[in-house]
Amino acid sequence: MSYVSDVRALARKDLLLELRARDTLPAMLLFVVATFVVFHFSLPSGSSKLAASGLLWVAIVFTALLGLGRAFVPEREQRVLDGLVLAPCDRSAIWLAKGIATLAFLAAAEVVALPVFALFFHGISAATVGAVALADVGICAVGTFLGAMAVATRARDLLLPLLFLPLAIPIVVGGVGASVASAPARYLAFLALYDALFGVLCWATFEYVVAEAQ
Amino acid sequence: MRAVVRPYRIPLPALAGASLVLVTTALALVFFVVPNDADQGFSQRIFYFHVSIAFTAYACFAGGAWKALVHLWKRDPRADLESYVAVHQGLIFGSLVLITGSIWAKISWGHWWLWSEDQLVLFLVLFLFYAAYFMLRFSVDPGPQRANFSAVYALFGVVLIPVSFLAIRIAKHFIHPIVFTSHVTSNLPGSMLWTYGVAQAALLVLAYTLYRVELSGKRIDARLRELRTA
Repeated sequence: MSYVSDVRALARKDLLLELRARDTLPAMLLFVVATFVVFHFSLPSGSSKLAASGLLWVAIVFTALLGLGRAFVPEREQRVLDGLVLAPCDRSAIWLAKGIATLAFLAAAEVVALPVFALFFHGISAATVGAVALADVGICAVGTFLGAMAVATRARDLLLPLLFLPLAIPIVVGGVGASVASAPARYLAFLALYDALFGVLCWATFEYVVAEAQ
Repeated sequence: MRAVVRPYRIPLPALAGASLVLVTTALALVFFVVPNDADQGFSQRIFYFHVSIAFTAYACFAGGAWKALVHLWKRDPRADLESYVAVHQGLIFGSLVLITGSIWAKISWGHWWLWSEDQLVLFLVLFLFYAAYFMLRFSVDPGPQRANFSAVYALFGVVLIPVSFLAIRIAKHFIHPIVFTSHVTSNLPGSMLWTYGVAQAALLVLAYTLYRVELSGKRIDARLRELRTA
């Protein structure tokens, strides 16, 4: 089997699992809408539009965290990861497939979340949508990677936000910048740079995360 | 894992002596020799320590990442512990950067914390990142998996440093005067420059000494444990 078909088979497995069990996506949708309602009440009346734009990014990062925390749970509970590591495929394919599946969930949640945000707060610019798309790639690349590490530790669910949030700060900077600045191109380029750098780093080092003891 | 003494290593007492002499010289220079800064007066003297500590912390993080790379690449059994100790020293010096920066900000601008200071904000991000390194390391049982996780995470750190720095730079919506640009040397007069040089050397040697002390302590600890289980 080629690399592409490995990735496709693994991603298909995750999407099918979600389609049948519906564990993650409904939770993410409910969470993001509930967060918006909380934000509405935490913004005093007369707050600027800019504040709401910033909060959109908080909601996205935390919704993503919710999905990422679930990403490797089936692998852990059923000990699927042992099987995957034994399978004759490149180990980075495991990361790539999981990242693609998580990206699909996050994108699906945002397809609902962004219109809801527009309804509750204010309209969304094309630059914001572009920034969300670019940020999703970075969030899923780094988050899936860290998720795989976090499930192997004793602290598990506790650890992922601690590992992920410092790495998500540049994404939030780029995203908020693209949402509020009059010239968003620079921020979009920054997000693309982040995706490229961390994408390559995760792809190259994932093998060591799932490697058997040697 | 047998503790191997590398022949080219400088003996620890010599290192400790060198750091004692250098740190004393640096303190004497900073407090008694170098003239007051024209704008900021006496309080500017914290600059010699603040900036040197910051550079030393970067050096520690870079050293930790280098050892992490050696671990992943060459499978050197010593590299994991060396990487951890370097990151540990980096976190200690990083905390000192936050403390000295905060004191300097309070004296110069009247606030303990300023979001407009790039270097301080960057160190806050790095502090959070490397604090999570310890959370990660100590929630995995000792062994190859822990070594791999730590190494990979330390490598993420050196990519995060420039990316975060860029992020903090572009996050500014207003122009803020930069007191110390990347070429510190160009806006410092002679005596200030070599005072800074001595302070920088002192802190680098001090950090290396502390690194070696901690490393040898950890090695003895590991060896003792090995003997106990044997």
